[in-house]
Amino acid sequence: MLFLLPQMVASGLMLGFVYALVAVGLSLIWGVMDIINFAYGEFLMLGMYSTFWFFSLFRMDPLFSLPIQAMVVFLLGFVVYKLLIKRVVDVPGLSALLATFGLRIFLRNLAQFLWTPDYRFINEAIVADRKIMLFDGMLILGMPQLVAALGSILMTLAVFYFIQKTRMGRAIQATSMDKDAARLMGIDTEKVYSLTFGIAGACVGVAAALLASFYPIYPEAGSIYGLIALVIVALGGFGNIKGALYSGVIIGLTESIGGFFLGAEFKYALIFLIYLVVLQFRPKGLFGW
Amino acid sequence: MNSGWKIQRGPLIAAAAVMGLLPLLTSNVNLQHILILLVMYAGLGEAWNIVTGLAGQTSFGHSAFFGIGAYAAAVAYWKYGASPWIGMAVGSLIAAAVAAAISYPVFRLEGKYFSIATLAFGEIVLQIFKSWDYVDGATGIIIPVAPASLLNFQFHGLKIPYFYIAYAIFLVSLVTFLAVERSRFGLYLKAIKNNQDAAMSLGINPAKYKLMSMVVSAAITALFGSFYAQYILYIDPFMVFSLDLSLKIVLLTVLGGLGSVWGPILGSALLIPLSEYTRISMGGTGKGIDLMVFGLLIMLVTSFRPKGIVGMLTARPRAAKGGA
Amino acid sequence: MEQAPLLSVRDLTMRFGSLLANDKVSFDVEKGQIVALIGPNGAGKTTCFSCLSGFYAPTSGKVRFDGHDTTGMKPYHTCRLGMTRTFQVVKTMGDMTVEENVLIGAFLRHPDMSTAKARAKEAMEATGMLHLAGKFGKSLTIADRKRLEITRALATEPKLLMLDETMAGLNPTETREAMDLCLKLKGRGITLIIVEHVMEAIMPISDKAIVLDSGRKIAEGRPSDIVRDEVVIKAYLGENYNAKS
Repeated sequence: MLFLLPQMVASGLMLGFVYALVAVGLSLIWGVMDIINFAYGEFLMLGMYSTFWFFSLFRMDPLFSLPIQAMVVFLLGFVVYKLLIKRVVDVPGLSALLATFGLRIFLRNLAQFLWTPDYRFINEAIVADRKIMLFDGMLILGMPQLVAALGSILMTLAVFYFIQKTRMGRAIQATSMDKDAARLMGIDTEKVYSLTFGIAGACVGVAAALLASFYPIYPEAGSIYGLIALVIVALGGFGNIKGALYSGVIIGLTESIGGFFLGAEFKYALIFLIYLVVLQFRPKGLFGW
Repeated sequence: MNSGWKIQRGPLIAAAAVMGLLPLLTSNVNLQHILILLVMYAGLGEAWNIVTGLAGQTSFGHSAFFGIGAYAAAVAYWKYGASPWIGMAVGSLIAAAVAAAISYPVFRLEGKYFSIATLAFGEIVLQIFKSWDYVDGATGIIIPVAPASLLNFQFHGLKIPYFYIAYAIFLVSLVTFLAVERSRFGLYLKAIKNNQDAAMSLGINPAKYKLMSMVVSAAITALFGSFYAQYILYIDPFMVFSLDLSLKIVLLTVLGGLGSVWGPILGSALLIPLSEYTRISMGGTGKGIDLMVFGLLIMLVTSFRPKGIVGMLTARPRAAKGGA
Repeated sequence: MEQAPLLSVRDLTMRFGSLLANDKVSFDVEKGQIVALIGPNGAGKTTCFSCLSGFYAPTSGKVRFDGHDTTGMKPYHTCRLGMTRTFQVVKTMGDMTVEENVLIGAFLRHPDMSTAKARAKEAMEATGMLHLAGKFGKSLTIADRKRLEITRALATEPKLLMLDETMAGLNPTETREAMDLCLKLKGRGITLIIVEHVMEAIMPISDKAIVLDSGRKIAEGRPSDIVRDEVVIKAYLGENYNAKS
């Protein structure tokens, strides 16, 4: 059984990097605006649909339409912020979170209304059905998964670069640490908020384009990922973007290895269980303070 | 503290009485259905409020207890031919036991970590039931039709008996909330919510009281789950263990006013007719338009009335407040 | 036969990572005394309180209170045994009224609502807060909040009351009222340990002073002796000052 371990680890890592990208975006929203975004999985779903339609209508492979999807979901995030989140962001209590709950229901059913509950697939994507074999076939890396992982890593690095090296990025960091102090320093929090929501959207848009190559697309597609992303961010420690990254990879590994030993039907339960167990020892997340 | 109760008592009894009599005023089955759901959700909100409004820790996992109650009632009759009432009692006990078991690990966490933990817990339960052969997993359970009677907990076409059972459980929930709120237990919860360290320094063991609040809340929530199973006669894990159900309870309580006994009643009175009306009038096509509208409504209401209805009504002019 | 001290602390040590907040602190407190626990900022006074009352479990050392070994006991247990503490940064229950705050304390010994209310009323009368009973905690002035903190603690009917910087931020009148209150509590048979910086307030009413510096006890004795002690003066003011006799 143990000889399968490298394969499981490889699969888990590849999955983990995609999870990490998604979690980083969510962690940004959480850290900067202190909002649990329940509609995040639905952003992913819409990104996947967008990828699908670009493929169906314009024959654009997901890999090529990827930058477009990043922009599409960036725009979605931006618009959602301006129309909805803006009104509830600084209100104490559960209003913001409940607003995203309403958004979640709305978006999921909008997709169902527009495109029916039927499953869609992108057939014949460039990367489909290809594999890389390593170590005499002991390690088989599916091309779609590998590309998804690499793409996610690149996007995550891009986001980190932006956050840490650009002025706007540092403004975002400052706002996430102390919103009032940032405001006093002259940082336009409105701009920071809308940009953050947009960047989170972009993250999820990239992930969507990468996943659409080999995952089915349907209105409920994003739901479980939204929840897993929430758990990953909490596991990593609220406000800690790097923590979200590491936790995403850990959860990917957990799902892959756990799913193998416990069976595919319990792999998600295991993820949620891991969160409960880990938080017993680290009540503020693995890397939280 | 006491004067507030005296002011509330009259209108509260009046409201409860009105709620109890409303279904008799109409023969429209749809309206009666709406009223049934209204009292059910109001009761669910009161139970949830014991943990969140009083103890101050937001639970997103209450559908777990609802589902346990639902499955207990369903399994009792479907698998063993026992009266669903027995299932209801067993379900309530199981829910209470589960609540006690997860209380300690989960209440150690603060704020959002706690809330995500309750969400995780709810999802674990869903995933387990989804794959559990004993309850036919994802297929769900269709409760066999039985001769209409109170013992069998089935009344076929008649809505009124179902209403009064739900109403009775609602009264249990309401009275429990009030009893807790005005008691030493409730004040302890309030103290823990306000300042846990101070509470500890005065002899309060926070874990113990939070556990008690969760157990009471879970037991009542399960009762509604059992009711729901018998009312609908079909359940599956995605219906009764869903996050959306948990969040709906959160939503209507927050809408009406968190921590206040009126909250779930007002929130339910506002939200349930809206959601059911949209479902009845627009849901027929199966295209999801009704839910789109529902989602839009939630967004509208949460962005324009963040403090809830009770917050609106009890806002005093600034001059009357005694200092910052 | 000599009566055993109410509180006996032996080699109390509290370490946070590399920071040694309390270093083998030992002292006794006799029943009925007012003991001042003083020292420069960062000396470890509040940490000491937290260890004694159970908010921290000490790294090592022993605490005996009223015949029980209370080392590492949780705050709600030590409170039940008769040791109640207040906090340096007042922890008022803001969304509850003064009466409700005090009730919480009274419930410890009197679970019954009406008896507890009566006891709470007595406590509020003793500290002169009865007229504020209906006011919400968050609308009180800082002086009243501190008084509420003491009232609440008083309602738990403690044998030992540990007050943490009760006098800080009070004007002279309020300070004098606080001092009178402490003496009044002593008169009721309550033993007090008071952490304080305001020397003029604490020294006149104390039977004994214990001085901490950088986690260690550097002096113990009568207040009049302590203020002249060279080691103490050096700790507070640095090397360049001498005692004036």
